[in-house]
Amino acid sequence: MTPRKARRFKPDRDAKEWTGAYRPYDIVKEAFVALVAVAVLILFLAVVFSSPDEPAVTLKSWSTSDPVDFAQTAITQLDGTSPVATYGPPYNDTPDVTQHIGFFEPAHWVGVHQPINTAQDFVIGPLRTLSNQPLVQRALDTYNSATPEQQSAWTTAYEKAVANATDVHGRLQVPRAHYGPVGVVIGALTTMAQNGGLDGTLLSQGQFYNTNYTKPLLFIASGSYLNNLAGSQHLQGTQWGMMNETGNYPGQAWLWLYTMWYQVSPMKTSTNADLEVWAIMMVLTIALIFLPFIPVLRSIPRWSRVYRLIWRQHYRSLT
Amino acid sequence: MSLDITTERDASSSEESRQWTARVRNAATNALPPDRLLPDRQPAYMASWIYVFGVLTVVSLAWVIITGCVLAVMGPSWWHVSGLGHFVNSLHLWSVETFFFFMVIHLWGKFFMAAWRGNRKLTWITGVVSFVASIAAAFTGYLSQQNFDSQWISTQAKDGINATGAGAFWNVLNFGQMLMWHIVLLPIAVVVIAGLHVLMVRRRGIVPPFDIEPKDHTDTPSAAEVAE
Repeated sequence: MTPRKARRFKPDRDAKEWTGAYRPYDIVKEAFVALVAVAVLILFLAVVFSSPDEPAVTLKSWSTSDPVDFAQTAITQLDGTSPVATYGPPYNDTPDVTQHIGFFEPAHWVGVHQPINTAQDFVIGPLRTLSNQPLVQRALDTYNSATPEQQSAWTTAYEKAVANATDVHGRLQVPRAHYGPVGVVIGALTTMAQNGGLDGTLLSQGQFYNTNYTKPLLFIASGSYLNNLAGSQHLQGTQWGMMNETGNYPGQAWLWLYTMWYQVSPMKTSTNADLEVWAIMMVLTIALIFLPFIPVLRSIPRWSRVYRLIWRQHYRSLT
Repeated sequence: MSLDITTERDASSSEESRQWTARVRNAATNALPPDRLLPDRQPAYMASWIYVFGVLTVVSLAWVIITGCVLAVMGPSWWHVSGLGHFVNSLHLWSVETFFFFMVIHLWGKFFMAAWRGNRKLTWITGVVSFVASIAAAFTGYLSQQNFDSQWISTQAKDGINATGAGAFWNVLNFGQMLMWHIVLLPIAVVVIAGLHVLMVRRRGIVPPFDIEPKDHTDTPSAAEVAE
């Protein structure tokens, strides 16, 4: 076996083995003391500050607190204009909406994997479970048997009317207009939500046990109610919300760099901001992982001379 | 007679050395002899508070896992309905916060020490990868809270994940999926990678200061560097 040729020493890559003095070091004792010290610290923090637990928003709490916003959202689910209905992959195949950087369009390539038809899944399907309400079933029959043009005319009329709807002691009151069966449909859905039935129906996927909240969460996130609550808790994207927590608790502060990119141009106003920020973060993460191999970057520690501060006792001993 | 015994012993020894078990044991003890795995002395230059943050990160991780296991014993909804459960959740939250606090300082410290020098590149890489895995583990923890916070984070995060195409398979709105990632897959990843990281630190030792290199920056590499 031929020994490898000695290579040039590079101070940012290589290090000579230490041949100087050693000192006693009890690693087990250090670990034990650290374990106890951190236990005391987290006990203190837990006792003094506790932890936040803001109750979850339900379709029931939303429709009860703000039935107008609920109805305004519900009609967009029925007529297919809601954020979810027009989202694109992985929920539906709305064309030309997937984020892309040039030709790089991964969401479009992967396609629809969690199909959601908002009219059917969020409105018509749940109301069909109310088989003991013939008025609602007849309204659904009328709506379903109408032409698309007629359906569009009804939903457009309802959207205009519900914009001026009022909340009278928790009851939705929509001005009368030519919206056909849509008034009964959205009214019944609002009542179903207020009774708590819609929460269970959206969660149910034909089996008793379920832990997938995709549908109720997408419905709730379509309205203004959740968004307004998040704004009051400084959680929105423009508020650096990704690294915040409800109340005054520290959140995922380690995401500061990720959320920072959303605050700067061009990502700040870009329709492809999510993909652009992910691309930036992936490049930076890979650079951090392979930093020891990257010239210039791996020299920064030596140039910065911060190491003189870290090993100041060592350098003092040299003088 | 004694010749026979010797011959048998040699044959047995030769057979043992070919065993997979013997090979693994020999490789492990060669790589990490006991005095290197649990050293009772360290180079004299190891005299800075920055060295404390490595062990603080490890013990914080230990408390994250211990408090998480207590929460797991009683189930994901326990902490919403029990005062004791809420307290354990608080311990879990603050151990996570201290874990990241110590880990970030540890990371910056190691960066400014250029701790990858001297055939320690893999130590650096496993450290950064465990940091990234920890971020994913914490993120899925936030998604598993079952409260307003997890609702908001999941409905916002879905846009980022979906934009990459990963949302088709890794659905942040699926509580069950996120909980399993949080309590099984990602903790295993973090513990295994962090464990490898610690073993590599023990094997290679802590990086020496810059100034022990020769002034002309030309030297024969160490045995470890030749083996690289």
